[in-house]
Parts: sequence; structure tokens; C-alpha cells
Amino acid sequence: MNRLRLVLLAVGGTGLAALLVAACLGLPGFGGRSHPYGARAVHASLTRHTANTIASVNFDQRAYDTLGEMSILFAAVLGCVVLLRQARDEHRAQPQPAEVARPVRRYALIVLPVALVTGLYVVAHGQLSPGGGFQGGVVAATALHLLYLGADYRALERVRPLAVFETSDALAVSTYLVLGAAGVLAGTSFLANTLLPYGTFNTLSSGGTVPLLNAAVGMEVASAVVVLLANFLDQAVEIEEEHGS
Amino acid sequence: MSDAVIVVALLLTAASATAAVAQRDPARQALVLSVLGSVLAVLFTVLQAPDVGLSQLAVGAALTPLLIMLSVRKVRRRGRTHDAAAKDGAR
Repeated sequence: MNRLRLVLLAVGGTGLAALLVAACLGLPGFGGRSHPYGARAVHASLTRHTANTIASVNFDQRAYDTLGEMSILFAAVLGCVVLLRQARDEHRAQPQPAEVARPVRRYALIVLPVALVTGLYVVAHGQLSPGGGFQGGVVAATALHLLYLGADYRALERVRPLAVFETSDALAVSTYLVLGAAGVLAGTSFLANTLLPYGTFNTLSSGGTVPLLNAAVGMEVASAVVVLLANFLDQAVEIEEEHGS
Repeated sequence: MSDAVIVVALLLTAASATAAVAQRDPARQALVLSVLGSVLAVLFTVLQAPDVGLSQLAVGAALTPLLIMLSVRKVRRRGRTHDAAAKDGAR
């Protein structure tokens, strides 16, 4: 039985390796000068006054794919919330406040506002410079958790009302959908970037609907990460199993 | 010149990835994973993909290790309460 499994694994592995090598041999050379897709994407993003071509690909040319990725994150976090909820044979124990080393406290409280503003900056400038809703959202959400390092869990819980973040997560996903549907109502197609004027190139308000979709994704990702980490932290810090169960 | 930087970044990635696999303690593994995340972010930036590099830095270097550490802590705490309960039962 064990041998059969090994043979099966060897056959599958060899096939996969052969296919991978064949596929890699068909790739264009490393660092070549010809980028057919790249040239077209840059042209399309320049005609719509979006300075960051990646943002143009994510929120304009392939906005539908981003909707899919956003739903995946939403569904994944929803699944985590269901799995990590407080079960019937568990109870919540109030965590004891612990002593925090002075340098840690000082460092965390100095870095927190800087990291938060950096996250918001990255979200706001997604259409101009590298970054965008996803990256900035994760930075802003993790920045909030420096309060757990610098103070304690109760302080973090106070600045992070979970119900608000759960609601804003769902709201952000709906916002993206509504912005897409607005394109249909305006007479073009779902998520088409024809709704708003394209603005002046390389300014915050350029790119049509790109900054709006970007902001929706930023809000969704930040709330999703906060909710996800809150559930993990609850399990790690507060929720305890009943004894003798 | 830029080729040399790419080669160094690739080697660093391979080294830290191997270290992450070789390390058996999950809590330490999380720390090594965080290093791997930072090195990968450098590699992506060198390969002219700063957007991906930023995501990698935020998720691979901060978020994933944090989630692993929290899970490890939960599992260890659970083991402790189970041991205590078993002792109570034996008494």
C-alpha cells in the first residue's frame, strides 16, 4: 500500500516537473526589452491620467479581478470569525495587565502614529505612487496593534470597537459594488472607468474612479485585518476552555 | 551591476527560506519567516515591482508571523490548562 502511494507520488511529481520545465523553456528571456502587455497597459493608464500603471491595471483595466480578490479576503475573514468565535464550552477571562518595558512602550507609542499616517498616505496615493488600498490598509491596521505592545490588551480593545470595523468591512465591499453598478447606470458597463472626469495627471484627484475604488479596497482591507487579528488575539489572550470538559 | 544585486537578493532569499524550513520551533520559525518576508520584499523591489514588494513587506514580514505567534501562544496555553486539568483529575 505504502509503495503504491510512493509510485503514484513519483509519477505525479515527474509529470509536474516535466510540465514546469517545458513551460519555463517557453518563457521570454530574463530582463528582455520587449514587453507587449506592459507597453499596452502603460498606454491605457496614460490615456486615463493614472500615474501608477499598477493602480490602473488593478482598479481600471482589471477592476473585475480586484472585486474577486476583495471577495476572497472578505469570505476568508468571515470564515475565521465563524471558526474562532467563543464556543459554548469556553469562557472569557479578563487578561491581567502586565508590566511593559519602558523602551518598548516608548518605541511603540512613537511609531504608532507614524505608521498609521504612513498607511493612510499609501492608501491615498495609490493612483500616483507604488502602493494602494491593500498595502496601505494592512500597514494602517497593523499599526493600531502597536498599542497592544506599548500598553495592554484592554487599551487596544478600547480604541478598536469591533462592531464598527465589522460594519465598515461590509460597507467597503458594498461601496465597491455600488461604484461598479454606477457604471452600468451611467450607460457603459460594470466597473467601467467612464463615470468621472480623469482630472489633471499626477494629482490626487486624477484617474476617474481609480482613487475611489482604491479607497474602498483600503477600507475593506484595514477593517478585515483588524477583525482577523482581533479574533486571533481573543483566542490567544482572553478565551479559555472550561476546566474538566 | 543590477544583475549582481539580483543575484545577491536571490541568494539571500534561498538562504532565509532554507533557514525557515530547518528551524523546528514554530515561534522561532515565525521570526525567520519575517526575515524571509523582508528579503523577498527587497527582491521584488530589485526586480522593479515595488507594489508587490510593499504587499510582501506588510503581509509576509508583519502579518503572517504575527498570526503564527498568536496561534502558537493559543496552542501552548491550551496545553497548559489541559495539563492542569489532568493533574486535578488524578488527585
